Amino acid sequence: MLTAILIMALGAIVLGSALGYASIKFKVEGNPLVEKIEAILPQTQCGQCGYPGCKPYAEAIAEGEAEINLCPPGGQEGVRKLADLLGREVKPLDAEEKPKQVAIIDEQTCIGCTLCIQACPVDAIVGAAKQMHTIVGALCTGCELCLAPCPVECIRMARITENIDSWKWKYPVIEIKQFKRVA
Amino acid sequence: MLQLFKFKGGVKPDTHKAPSVQQPIGRAPLPPLLVVPLHQSIGGQPTPLVETGDYVRKGQCIGSADKWLSSAVHAPSSGTVIAVEERVAAHPSGLPTLCVVIATDGRDEWIERAPIDYQSLAPERVREILRDAGVVGLGGAVFPSHAKLAAAKSVAMDELIINGAECEPFMTCDDLLMRERAEEIVRGAGIFRDLLQPKRVLIGIEDNKPEAVAAMSAALQKLGEDFAEFEVIAVPTRYPAGGAKQLIRVLTGKEVPASRRSPEMGVQCFNVATAYTAWRAIAHGEPLISRIVTLTGNVEAPRNWEVLIGTPIKDFVALGGPKADTDNYLMGGPMMGFEVPSLEAPLVKASNCIIAGSRTLFPPAPPEMPCIRCGACAQVCPHELAPFEMYWFARAKNFGKTQEYKIFDCIECGCCSYVCPSHIPLVQYFRFAKSEIWSREREKNLADAAKARFEARNERDERDKAEKAARLAKAAAAKKAAPTPEAGAANAAPTAESPADAASEAQTAKKAAIAAAIERARVQREAVQPKNTDGLTIAQRKEIAEIEARRAPLQTLQTAFDMPAGNPRGTENTETTEGSAAPRSTQRND
Repeated sequence: MLTAILIMALGAIVLGSALGYASIKFKVEGNPLVEKIEAILPQTQCGQCGYPGCKPYAEAIAEGEAEINLCPPGGQEGVRKLADLLGREVKPLDAEEKPKQVAIIDEQTCIGCTLCIQACPVDAIVGAAKQMHTIVGALCTGCELCLAPCPVECIRMARITENIDSWKWKYPVIEIKQFKRVA
Repeated sequence: MLQLFKFKGGVKPDTHKAPSVQQPIGRAPLPPLLVVPLHQSIGGQPTPLVETGDYVRKGQCIGSADKWLSSAVHAPSSGTVIAVEERVAAHPSGLPTLCVVIATDGRDEWIERAPIDYQSLAPERVREILRDAGVVGLGGAVFPSHAKLAAAKSVAMDELIINGAECEPFMTCDDLLMRERAEEIVRGAGIFRDLLQPKRVLIGIEDNKPEAVAAMSAALQKLGEDFAEFEVIAVPTRYPAGGAKQLIRVLTGKEVPASRRSPEMGVQCFNVATAYTAWRAIAHGEPLISRIVTLTGNVEAPRNWEVLIGTPIKDFVALGGPKADTDNYLMGGPMMGFEVPSLEAPLVKASNCIIAGSRTLFPPAPPEMPCIRCGACAQVCPHELAPFEMYWFARAKNFGKTQEYKIFDCIECGCCSYVCPSHIPLVQYFRFAKSEIWSREREKNLADAAKARFEARNERDERDKAEKAARLAKAAAAKKAAPTPEAGAANAAPTAESPADAASEAQTAKKAAIAAAIERARVQREAVQPKNTDGLTIAQRKEIAEIEARRAPLQTLQTAFDMPAGNPRGTENTETTEGSAAPRSTQRND
C-alpha cells in the first residue's frame, strides 16, 4: 500500500517537474495564432477594420475582441480563410468589396507638401519637401490613407487592370444557377 | 544502331500531317502592316528602341534584351514605325501587349549583314550574339537559346539532342524544314556543339517522317568529317515523343528529375528550327525575323509558309483560303494549342502552326461527366503523375494538395484529356490551378514585402520620436544648468559688453550659419547626379525634357518667392518637412 502511494507520488513529482521545466524551456513568445491570422490578412495596413494596421487587427481577432469580417481588402475570400482557421462561422463582409487599386499622384498639381509621404504606411511614396512626389506603383497597397491628407486633392485611386502577366486561366466548372421563373 | 528507350505513357492520335506536306515551303507575301510584340520569349521584356515615325530597316533591332534571360526583337521588314502601343497578343487571354507597329514600304531593305567567325570568338561573346539576334527555342516554349548554351560546371556534357520529333498532330513545319534545309540545321547544331562540347550529337526524328530522316542523313554525309559525332535517329511515333524530357529519355535512357535541369544530367536539347535560326544568325548575320508556320486544317490549300514575325493572323490565314464553315483558329497543335482570341493578333516566334477549325473537324466536346476513377489518365501521363487526383483537388480549389501531387511537373501535353472517358478537360483544370497558385504566390510576396516595410517604418518612427525626446530633454537640462544671464554671457561671449549686443551678435552668427548651410545644400544638390537617368528610351528622354522645360519658370518663381523669406523659417522646414513651398500651401498652413 505504502509502496504504491510512494511510486505514484514519485511519478507525479518526476512528471510535474518535467512539465514545469518544459513550460519554461519551450515557452512560446507571443501568440502563434496571431501570426497565422496575420498571414491571411492582406497587409495593406489600411486601418479600414478600425485597428491601426493588420497586426493589431490580428491580435484583436485572436483575443476574440473583433469580428472576422471587417477587412475589406481581404474580401469574402479572406473571411472564409479566417473562418476556416478559427473554426468560426463565415459571415458576409461588413463592407463593400473593392477591386484592387493603386494610388496615382497628379504631378502637375502636387505641391510637394510631404503629407502623403507621412501618411503612407508602407513607404510607397517618394519625394521631398517642395519636390514633386510620386507613388511607386509596385509597392502601393491601395489603402487610400494618402487621399485624405492631400491638401490639393491630387491623388486618385485607379483600378489595377489585368495584364498578360497577371492573367489567370478561368475555373473550368460552369456553375448551374437556378433562375426564378418570371410569371 | 543505338539502343532506344521508352518513356511511360503517351498516346497515338491521328497525325493529319499528310495534307500540309504536299507543297514545298512557300514564302508568304509581305503584309502591309507588321505588329511585332516586344515580349516574345521567356524572361524579361525587351526595352523598345524605336518610336513612332522612325524608319526601320529589315533586321534592325527594335527591342533590346533587358537582362541576361531575355531576347532581342527585330524589325521583320523595312518601313515606318506607325505606333509603339498595346495591341492584342497571340495569347489565350486576348489581352494587349506592347507592340511595335510597322507600315512596310515594300522595299524589304536589309541592314548591314556580316557573317561572324564564331570559332575565333569567346563562347560568352557567341552567346551574346545569339541573344542579340533574338534566337529563342522555336519548338514552342521560346526559351532564350543562349541561356541554354552553357554546360553545367560539374557535369560533363554527354549528349546534345536536336529535336526533330514534331509529335503534335497537324504540325509539319519542322518536317519541311528538315527536308529542305537539312544542311543549315546541321551546321547550326554544329555551333551548339562547339559551345557545349558534347560527346555525341543525336538528331531525333519520329519515324513517320522518313523523308526528313533521309534528308538529314544525306546532309550529314555531305558535310563529312566535321560532323562525325552526329547521328540521325528515327524514334517511334508516339505523342509526346517531342517533349524535351521524353526525347531525352528515349534517346539516352536518362530521366531528368523534376527539380533539375537537363545540363545537370549531361544532356541539352534544342529544336531543329532553333538550330537553323542560330546558323542564319551566325553565318549570315540575319536575326530571327521569320519562321516556318504550318497552315492547315479546314483550308483549301494547306501548306507550310515562311512568314515574317508580326504578320497578322488574318493576313496569314488568307493564304490558305479557309473554307466557308471555318469558325475558329488554333495556334499550336490540337493537343497543346489554344484558340486564337482575335485574327488581328500577330504571329510570334512561338507560333508554329495555325489550324483552321470547324464543327466537323473539331466537334464540340461532349458534356463533362463525373470522374469514375478509371485511372486511364494516369496510364497515359508521360510524367507519371496522377491526373485524376490533381483534378479532384484543382476542382475543389485545394491548391496545396495539387502541389503535393506535383502539378508543376505537368507539361500540359493533353494526353489525359485525350483519353478521359468522361470527357473531362483535365488540362484546363491544371492550367487553372497553376495560374491560381502563381497569382497567390505573387500576392503573398507582395503582402510580406508590405509588412516588412510597414514594420521598418514603425520602427523608424519610434526611433525618431525617442531621439527627439532625448534632444528636448538635453536642451531642457542645458537651460536649467545655465539659469543666470551673467553666467551665460560669461560662458558664451566673453567679448560681449551687454546682453543686447550678445543677442544681435548671436543673431548674425546664426544668419551666417544658415547662409552657409544653404550654400552647402546648393553645392551638394548640383553635385548629385540622379541615378535613374541611364538606359532611358527616346520617348522617356523627350518627356523628361518637356517636364524640365515646364518646371523652369516655376523654379525661378519659387526662388523669387523664397528670397524675402529666406531665413530661419526656411531651415525649420527642412527639419519638420512640413514645408511651405508654394504660396498655396502657405495659405493652407495658416
